[in-house]
Amino acid sequence: MASISLRNVVKRYGLGPKANAVIHGVNAEIADGEFVVIVGPSGCGKSTLLRMVAGLEEITGGEIAIGGRVVNDVEPSERDIAMVFQNYALYPHMTVFENMAYGLKIAKVPMAEIQIRVDKAAKILELGTFLARKPRELSGGQRQRVAMGRAIVRQPSVFLFDEPLSNLDAKLRAQTRLEIQKLHNELHVTSLFVTHDQVEAMTLAERMIVMNAGRMEQIGTPDEVYHRPATTFVASFIGSPPMNLVRGHAEGAGFQAGGQLLPLPAAAPRAGELVLGVRPEHVELRTDLSAAGWPLRVQALEMLGAERLVYGLIGDALFTARLDATLPHPSVGDVVALHASPEHLHWFDAATTARIA
Amino acid sequence: MVERRPLLSVLSHVVLLIGVLVVAFPVYLTFVASTHTAEAIVQAPMPLLPGDQFFHNYAAALTGSEHGQGSAAPVGRMMWISLVTALVIAFGKIAISLLSAFAIVYFRFPFKQLVFWSIFVTLMLPVEVRIFPTYQVVSDLGMLNTYAGLTIPLIASATATFLFRQFFMTVPDELVEAARMDGAGPMRFFKDVLVPLSATSIAALFVIQFIYGWNQYLWPLLVTTNENMYPVVIGIKRMISGGDSAQQWNLVMATAILAMLPPALVVMLMQKWFVKGLVDTEK
Repeated sequence: MASISLRNVVKRYGLGPKANAVIHGVNAEIADGEFVVIVGPSGCGKSTLLRMVAGLEEITGGEIAIGGRVVNDVEPSERDIAMVFQNYALYPHMTVFENMAYGLKIAKVPMAEIQIRVDKAAKILELGTFLARKPRELSGGQRQRVAMGRAIVRQPSVFLFDEPLSNLDAKLRAQTRLEIQKLHNELHVTSLFVTHDQVEAMTLAERMIVMNAGRMEQIGTPDEVYHRPATTFVASFIGSPPMNLVRGHAEGAGFQAGGQLLPLPAAAPRAGELVLGVRPEHVELRTDLSAAGWPLRVQALEMLGAERLVYGLIGDALFTARLDATLPHPSVGDVVALHASPEHLHWFDAATTARIA
Repeated sequence: MVERRPLLSVLSHVVLLIGVLVVAFPVYLTFVASTHTAEAIVQAPMPLLPGDQFFHNYAAALTGSEHGQGSAAPVGRMMWISLVTALVIAFGKIAISLLSAFAIVYFRFPFKQLVFWSIFVTLMLPVEVRIFPTYQVVSDLGMLNTYAGLTIPLIASATATFLFRQFFMTVPDELVEAARMDGAGPMRFFKDVLVPLSATSIAALFVIQFIYGWNQYLWPLLVTTNENMYPVVIGIKRMISGGDSAQQWNLVMATAILAMLPPALVVMLMQKWFVKGLVDTEK
């Protein structure tokens, strides 16, 4: 068990002026036993970051420390870590038992000890009946469990997961997600989990790192990230359907956007371009157009079963509202008044995309 | 054919039967000839059924006890030479190519591109093209009439290197990374992961290289002057010395049959692996 420190980690490909920087200075402190998820869209650098922690990529700048020890120049097998890959990476010609035992065999662990550890891991992951099989005789979910078993037997200080659920079908994904949670509750090993799926991030993380284009946009608990996003990117990335973002400018005491004037909160600047964010589920639609509210012209409806999504326009800004399906709903073409209470409004600076209030 | 036209079915069978006959009949005749006395063969018409001299002829051929006009070297000895040569060439080629392909695919080193293209260029240099300089070197090193002289100049293979290179490139990168995380160094990875995964390719290449080594004619012809070191294919030629006196055709035929046996055996035994190795992709 160990903490992980990322201090100003930079990754550049190539040399000199033509070098391409893919990670621009990431800083994070991950406590011992914490489950941290790194989430972001494809190409944001999350896998590269994970691989730098693993030692599979060179660290161009900054430091990575595991358990207090700086590991920039340490071989992956000596960092006391174990990794679970997206494509499982099981040795096809070895049985499940041999796959799990391979790392220990190389480390010259005595056979009796190997047997004990493999059996224990097989018990936790319910792989007992598969130990003599080869990977090609297993299903995708079983293979992923073997990959996790291989990581567990090494008894490392840190687990690294590189999008392990991406190759599984939806139902299996949900199942394996629960298994990973169960595993973490049982073993309490520091874990870094990379995914592009925000649902996985929200459900598994004790804290999340949201990344975009090589920069860390926010680090915080799922609650913090959801209710107080630090930038417009985080605001629109986390949450489904995504947060509504409306751009406008502050004028005196009001916010001019989409043809409406809305009062600004005390903390917001009185001038400049602002972006207003409000989540679809925090929005109320009323038919009474005389009260203070924004006029929404309904364009489409989507019935999801327990909920209904209402898509519309305020002026020329697109808006999504999420209503409980049992409530009365407008029809296409109606104009309704959209209300949101002040505590559900998020204000961002349009230029820096950073949160203001 | 999915079509159910009986005429086409009959026609295709006839064509196939003719093909089989064309290939198999001469071999059959050779076998028949090897079981008669020399006089019986020479008389026209040639017998079409096996005779009674099977054991006598084969024993004579193997031990070289009867002396005709040509070489009287015991075929047993020559088969042994061919076998050793073929096996050394096959194993040597496979070992060298595995390591070369491993280096080319998994390592970065200075002049890598140059090395790669040099290997490629040797494809244009079969034995026949480089025969003078190679003979000079072998002779100067005193390797004439030795197993070393027979095998070493033939032991590097660009085709095998490329075959293995192509195969290694299909091995997913994550496997290499997983092995690295498990603490396996390069040679450990090679021995524990790459070689077992290449088993079918190795088997396929073994068959090809064994037959190549067994059928070598030009090079052994130059390198061996001592009857004691002839491979069997040369032995066959040497038995037919020309001239006026009677040839021991029955012994020649027996030798030919003996010479055909080991490659046929190797192909038959490794057949399963051979096809699997060229077609199978296992992840």
